[in-house]
Amino acid sequence: MKAAPFEHICPTSLAEAVALAGEAGARVFAGGQSLGPMLNLRLAQPRLLVQVNRLPELAGVAADADAVTIGACVTHSAIADGAIPDIGHGLLSRVAETIAYRPVRNRGTIGGSLCHADPAADWVTVLMALDASVRLQGPDGARSLRMKDFIQGAFRTALRPGEILRAIRVPRLPASARWGYEKACRKPGDFAHAMAAVFLSPGRCRAVIGALGGKPVILEDDAMSPIGATRALEDIGELDQARLRMQLVVLDRALAKARA
Amino acid sequence: MRVTEGIGQSAPRLEDDRHLRGKGEFIADIRLAGMRDLAFVRSPVAHARIRAIRKPAGCETTVFTSHDLVGVQPIVAVSGLPGFKPSVQPVLATEKVRHVGEAIAVCVASSRAEAEDLVAAVEVEFDELPAVVDMRKALTSETRLHDHWDNNVFLETFVQVAAERFDEPAPIVVRRRLRTARQCMSPLEGRGVVATWDRRLEQLLVYTSTQLPHIVRTGLAGCLRFDQARIRVVAPDVGGGFGYKGILLPEEVCAAWLACHLGHPVRWIEDRREQLTANGNCREHDYDIALYAEADGTLIGIDAEAVVDAGAYSAYPFSACLEAAQVASILPGPYAMSAYRCRTFSAATNKPPILPYRGVARSGVCFALEVTLDAVARQAGLEPHEVRLRSLVPAEAMPFENVTGKYFDSGDYQECLRRAIAEIDLPALRKRQVEMTGSLRVGFGCSIFCEQAAHGTSVYAGWGIPMVPGFEQAIARMTPDGGLELRVGIQSHGQGLETTLAQVAHEVLGIPLASIRVVHGDTALTPYSTGTWGSRCMVMAGGAVGTACRELAERIGRIGAHLLQTPAHAVRVGGGIVTGPKGSVNIAEVARTWYLRPQDLPIDVAGGGLEVTAGYRPPRDSGTFSYAAHAVVVSVDTELGEVRIIDYVICEDGGVLINPTIVDGQVIGGTAQGIGTALYEQMAYDNAGQPLGSTLADYILPGATEVPEPRILHMLTPSPLSLFGQKGIGEGGAIGPPAAIANAVNDALAPLGVEITELPITPERILSAILARAA
Ligand SMILES: Cc1cc2nc3c(=O)[nH]c(=O)nc-3n(C[C@H](O)[C@H](O)[C@H](O)COP(=O)(O)OP(=O)(O)OC[C@H]3O[C@@H](n4cnc5c(N)ncnc54)[C@H](O)[C@@H]3O)c2cc1C
Repeated sequence: MKAAPFEHICPTSLAEAVALAGEAGARVFAGGQSLGPMLNLRLAQPRLLVQVNRLPELAGVAADADAVTIGACVTHSAIADGAIPDIGHGLLSRVAETIAYRPVRNRGTIGGSLCHADPAADWVTVLMALDASVRLQGPDGARSLRMKDFIQGAFRTALRPGEILRAIRVPRLPASARWGYEKACRKPGDFAHAMAAVFLSPGRCRAVIGALGGKPVILEDDAMSPIGATRALEDIGELDQARLRMQLVVLDRALAKARA
Repeated sequence: MRVTEGIGQSAPRLEDDRHLRGKGEFIADIRLAGMRDLAFVRSPVAHARIRAIRKPAGCETTVFTSHDLVGVQPIVAVSGLPGFKPSVQPVLATEKVRHVGEAIAVCVASSRAEAEDLVAAVEVEFDELPAVVDMRKALTSETRLHDHWDNNVFLETFVQVAAERFDEPAPIVVRRRLRTARQCMSPLEGRGVVATWDRRLEQLLVYTSTQLPHIVRTGLAGCLRFDQARIRVVAPDVGGGFGYKGILLPEEVCAAWLACHLGHPVRWIEDRREQLTANGNCREHDYDIALYAEADGTLIGIDAEAVVDAGAYSAYPFSACLEAAQVASILPGPYAMSAYRCRTFSAATNKPPILPYRGVARSGVCFALEVTLDAVARQAGLEPHEVRLRSLVPAEAMPFENVTGKYFDSGDYQECLRRAIAEIDLPALRKRQVEMTGSLRVGFGCSIFCEQAAHGTSVYAGWGIPMVPGFEQAIARMTPDGGLELRVGIQSHGQGLETTLAQVAHEVLGIPLASIRVVHGDTALTPYSTGTWGSRCMVMAGGAVGTACRELAERIGRIGAHLLQTPAHAVRVGGGIVTGPKGSVNIAEVARTWYLRPQDLPIDVAGGGLEVTAGYRPPRDSGTFSYAAHAVVVSVDTELGEVRIIDYVICEDGGVLINPTIVDGQVIGGTAQGIGTALYEQMAYDNAGQPLGSTLADYILPGATEVPEPRILHMLTPSPLSLFGQKGIGEGGAIGPPAAIANAVNDALAPLGVEITELPITPERILSAILARAA
């Protein structure tokens, strides 16, 4: 299929982009790796596409002692290739290189991935486990949200009309921290049907289970036990026995990796 | 001169030069002046009466419904088998729609996107009816797809031989319920049509991505009520077919009608969404099968009932019953047995019409028989290959007529299986299995099957479908410069026939491959043919080319003899020259003389010229039987249900191989598709008949990371039924994998007491079976 008719504008500043994105029927367009197929299948029929991935405000990367801040339009490939500062253990780059296929990674952006909020998206789960936060720019100014507050459900975020994701702030891994990431896919590069990211540091442990029908499940400290995880997944009430089992196995393997 | 480009040589494919440079011409590469695009309004529901169709205002001449297509006949594909109920398939739906994706109206605009804008503006009102989705329930459903039918069965068949054996007790009786999934055939290039009216020739010219240009012409002529000579069908480069393009399409009829009426060319290029949502069209079988065997595993007989989900309509020309009728005749596979009983149903459901897919019916049959046979082996305490060796038709018995009357022309099936097994170190694997602890298990599985190819007139006349292959024809024509043109009515779409047919001609005449051109896929340039299907081309078109070239050699010999001043019986043609007792003359010189210097020839030499049309039919048209054994080792992650193929061995006997590299390519490509059938591909439908996938993210095809490089062994037992001993082998690769892989998975899961009986073998299925067993 081909997309329904739309207008297409490439704003030259974030302010202009925010103004355009606030117009009725407008939709932000970054790498197009999720929105492109939706346009072509006519699942999305915006009046106006506001292309943001050439905006300098969304391309930059900054690092300080505590965190690395990644512009929303940095591509998966750039992260996989190590073009941004490491938060520790090469974690981000190792996650990025398992997303989709190279041609998709070349265009797809970390910000687009979060705003699309596919429950099976790697960044949604991983960045939640790392307790990253997002910086949003809207008609009423800027604000920051923690990942767990930004992602609200399957394909649902806290973005308000006209708001644009500007950057993601990812805390550096403490030297003592350990992590494990595991996912089950039918083919390399396909969306996962089970995934878990585990972050362990003295005094703070967190596991996030993704690829569910809705928002990822966050398990902290004691809740990370097999019983805690089972209970949390059963509470969602949508998984059949096989799916539940896969999620638990993947969590177990992510934990084993973190502890290895 | 030594023949280096002839039969048995792995000559590089002549067509690859243009394809590898991206310089081929596929349907979507064709640009005609004034051409406009078509998009179809397709049914969003599986079963409904159409109450009203409303065109957008002002679109009377750009949106067309069945009311506009005055005089266009529906597509009807009958079968002569007793009791067959033909369906009436309108090219655009009339009163009813019978599957999601059925075409209801066609929109014309200057681009596909604009045509889709029109599609979105067409309003259709439906009175929805309950959908008939499950083939078993279809048999007894009160809801009828076709109003005047008394049930939803296109055809029921029943055969039995010595069935009284099934009333007696047997030492081993194993019964299984098995299912295969509905698949979407997925050639790289989808379907597509460009149609235009040639004003000078007063002829409709239809370019279409088809395997059967001549059959499409016949079918189009019937629907449009045209003389066939008023239609020319051209298949340009075709990017894969597999059966998906062995059909007369409603879209072809619509495009052709529009080209005749609109005064400008039109085109329709199928997209992936149309392919997936409107064309889940093959492979869906359901078996209730029982094997009776002696205590030592020797087969006594098969007692089975099979249902094939034939979808909503009988597709032209192969009809809705080809698949199920084949099931009944091929279920005994390569085995000898004394008793047989099989009932089949071709069930009509609210899904797209079933089409023959590479290895028609055979991949499902092989799966049903071989999976059940492994259960017999377990019961008899035998290795899988041991139980098979008990009943495989032995080499001494060839030629062999089996329990359903299939005539096995030649081969050594037992040796084939032994060779494949020998490539896998089975004792080491068995040891490893015992030692393995933990969640990862390995398993071994095998399958063996035969592939009947190029079966001809008597077989198809028996089925009575709209098309019966007879003599296959070829035209062999020298050009004045000594080159050779071969014109054949089949269509090459990946098989490398531009190369292999040239190799056959080279074998006979010795003209260099570089000087031989194969012309195909065009009704105006080639002799009539039923086209490319059923692994028939190498035997039939190869036989025709060989026959035509031999006749051409005779004529060349007579001219050459005159040039050598020798009697015709004293010369020999071959290696590119005519050789006499005292000298030789180049074939190119013969051609030059006949075309350019006729004054050098007396009037009574070769008046027929250097252009020959010859027909070929094998002495017996029951088909060549190639066969293969597949042996697989898999690992199964029993915690996640993931299957990985660790080793894959194929031993294949395709008779005399015209081009071994091309044969390997066919085997590998087919195997990739078979792996898809085994592990990945399924177009699921919900209870309302909605397809549950619309992109390749939902419909999973195996890719480079899922397809191992199989190790291929060849046996070369010539067929006594073909001109050069060759056998058709185009489909075999796709037949063996589902059975072999399922058996390997079941072998790995056996310690857990789990057996998989349904395709594809997804992680979810494996895990559910393990959990159900544990509970
Ligand atoms: C074949 C294939 C396989 C894939 N496999 C995976 C996989 O394994 N794992 C995985 O995680 N992902 C996968 N993806 C998705 C991929 O990661 C996409 O890149 C990502 O989902 C979207 O990023 P994008 O820049 O292309 O966003 P776009 O497609 O341009 O936009 C996506 C959505 O986000 C909004 N948006 C984008 N940027 C912003 C912004 N800065 N501010 C506000 N809103 C914004 C858009 O309006 C749109 O709604 C796959 C995609 C494909 C095509």
